[in-house]
Amino acid sequence: MALEWFRRERSVISPEQKKSTTDALWIKCESCSEIVFKQELEKQHLVCPKCSFHFAMEGSAYIAMLADEGSWQETDSTLRSLDPLSFKDSKKYADRVTASIRSTGKNDAITIGSCAVGGFPAVLGVMEFSFMGGSVGSVVGEKIARAVDHAIAADRALILISRSGGMRMQEGMVSLMQMAKTSVKLTQLGEAGLPYISILTNPTTGGTTASFSMLGDVIFAEPGALIGFAGPRVIKQTIGQDLPPGFQRSEFLLEKGFLDRIVHRSDLKPTVVQALRVFMHSKVHA
Amino acid sequence: MSKTATHEAVKSGAAHSNGTAGTVKSGFASGFVLDFEKPIVELEHKIAEMRTLAESSGMKNLGVEIDRMQKKAHRMREEVYSQLSRWQKVQLARHPRRPYTLDYIERLFSGFLELHGDRAFGDDHAIVSGIAEMDNLKMLVIGHQKGRGTKENIYRNFGMANPEGYRKSIRLLGLAEKFKLPVVTFVDTPGAYPGLGAEERGQAEAIARSLYEMARLKVPILTIVIGEGGSGGALALSIADRIFMLEYSIYSVISPEGCASILYRDAAQAPQAAESLKLTADDLLELGIIDGIIPEPKGGAHENFDETAQSIKLRLLDTLPELLREPSDQLMEARHRKYERIGYFLEA
Repeated sequence: MALEWFRRERSVISPEQKKSTTDALWIKCESCSEIVFKQELEKQHLVCPKCSFHFAMEGSAYIAMLADEGSWQETDSTLRSLDPLSFKDSKKYADRVTASIRSTGKNDAITIGSCAVGGFPAVLGVMEFSFMGGSVGSVVGEKIARAVDHAIAADRALILISRSGGMRMQEGMVSLMQMAKTSVKLTQLGEAGLPYISILTNPTTGGTTASFSMLGDVIFAEPGALIGFAGPRVIKQTIGQDLPPGFQRSEFLLEKGFLDRIVHRSDLKPTVVQALRVFMHSKVHA
Repeated sequence: MSKTATHEAVKSGAAHSNGTAGTVKSGFASGFVLDFEKPIVELEHKIAEMRTLAESSGMKNLGVEIDRMQKKAHRMREEVYSQLSRWQKVQLARHPRRPYTLDYIERLFSGFLELHGDRAFGDDHAIVSGIAEMDNLKMLVIGHQKGRGTKENIYRNFGMANPEGYRKSIRLLGLAEKFKLPVVTFVDTPGAYPGLGAEERGQAEAIARSLYEMARLKVPILTIVIGEGGSGGALALSIADRIFMLEYSIYSVISPEGCASILYRDAAQAPQAAESLKLTADDLLELGIIDGIIPEPKGGAHENFDETAQSIKLRLLDTLPELLREPSDQLMEARHRKYERIGYFLEA
């Protein structure tokens, strides 16, 4: 049969080769199914040139996009999570953390550092969804706390890019308390009169949304991002009916009054800089 | 510290009104008994029957037998309650006969004036709040309110607040600060309501704002977890200078059922998840999350509302004056240090 021609031996493609399909020249858009030239996509910060769908982008790419060239200095990169509950399900939490560190090359779900953005001094934090779903535990909480301290110490603005499924269950109440800890720290930033720009990307849900993500002086979101407190599946279960189209997407939140703006990725840096220029007017004097 | 006079507990449990839904009866009379309560409650029921019989028939010789049975019931209680599993404590925390916020308010304060509404959208019945007086202490009280029975539970949305509930609370925090009143909050919720309208009206923003405002409030805040501390919905009322938990209350980042359905794809594994989550008062004291445990009567708060309320009152009278003596900048400083310290990590 003809199909036989296409059958391949299992052993022909190794997992490594399979992973490398992202190195292909062409990529199919998840939204409009258009085949896009990969180089073109990367040039446009992973936004589909045909339909403007925003592909998931790694933390490092956001840093490269926002930080002025040569200004980025990562801080507090060696913090690692402990296992306060000795939590174990099918796997030990400690082993999950080790496996995530190995697979992502990151020590936890956020990268922070100082940089200049359009010439304005800033502390930038970018969440890493690939690290346990961007879940927030002790390390993320502590790094956001330190980001606030760094900002206050050097009169810098704070910019956080959220991408997270919520609190990290495996750290139990210690993780829930990171909502409290980050909120406490943000009041200190507020007292210091320094701006906090919160940028929400797909997805931002749970305790992350219900703490630092929603506490920005201004809150921007990428188009089409899922943003909410409860996950769509839980809400669907609770109310026993399907959710309306577009529910909990950026456009919906803007309409309901919970975002300042939806910002296309290619406009993100100019928009942030515009805000900093106004908010930092009393802080930066040449 | 908890008293163990079981017959007293049975009698007083049966005698007290819960304030909102008629009379609370102990044991079988109310129709709800947990599995591990059953043998004890059965025995107590028998004792009560014998006592009635002894009284009505004048059979004095039953006294010895009643005493013997009472000692046995007492021993059984000691034994069962000294080795409760975490899951059993979850069940006690959710016990449908457990006292709720209004039951305590009724017993703790000489005067309570409930204040309603968020001034923006509506009044959330899942959160009650108002100004209260206890001896010479004036304060603001905010708490989740569950309902007793189906009808009242629907009215109270099972203690699951919508954004307007948290916004009502935030509004009243402003009053507390203006009039220099300490704030006492009672936490008892399965969680913030995960509904369509709640999302539309910004559940996440309401909770986040509440955390922020409590973090910078210039008056003392004291939280008592009286039943279920369900995740963000509970946290939104519990950024506090002191957090106490009743002995059989729980506080968790996720419900054991929710945790089990994510980790084991099976909500029925909740008992196992409860063990992993470390959600009891003892666990959280050990983890440094809470400041103390308020003992409950043997058998749990539902066996004696008055005694539990009294224990809470003692703790409030013990703690509030001390917090009120602190200058507000030092109070806030200490509150901030306390939350800044929470976290378990290492740094290479």
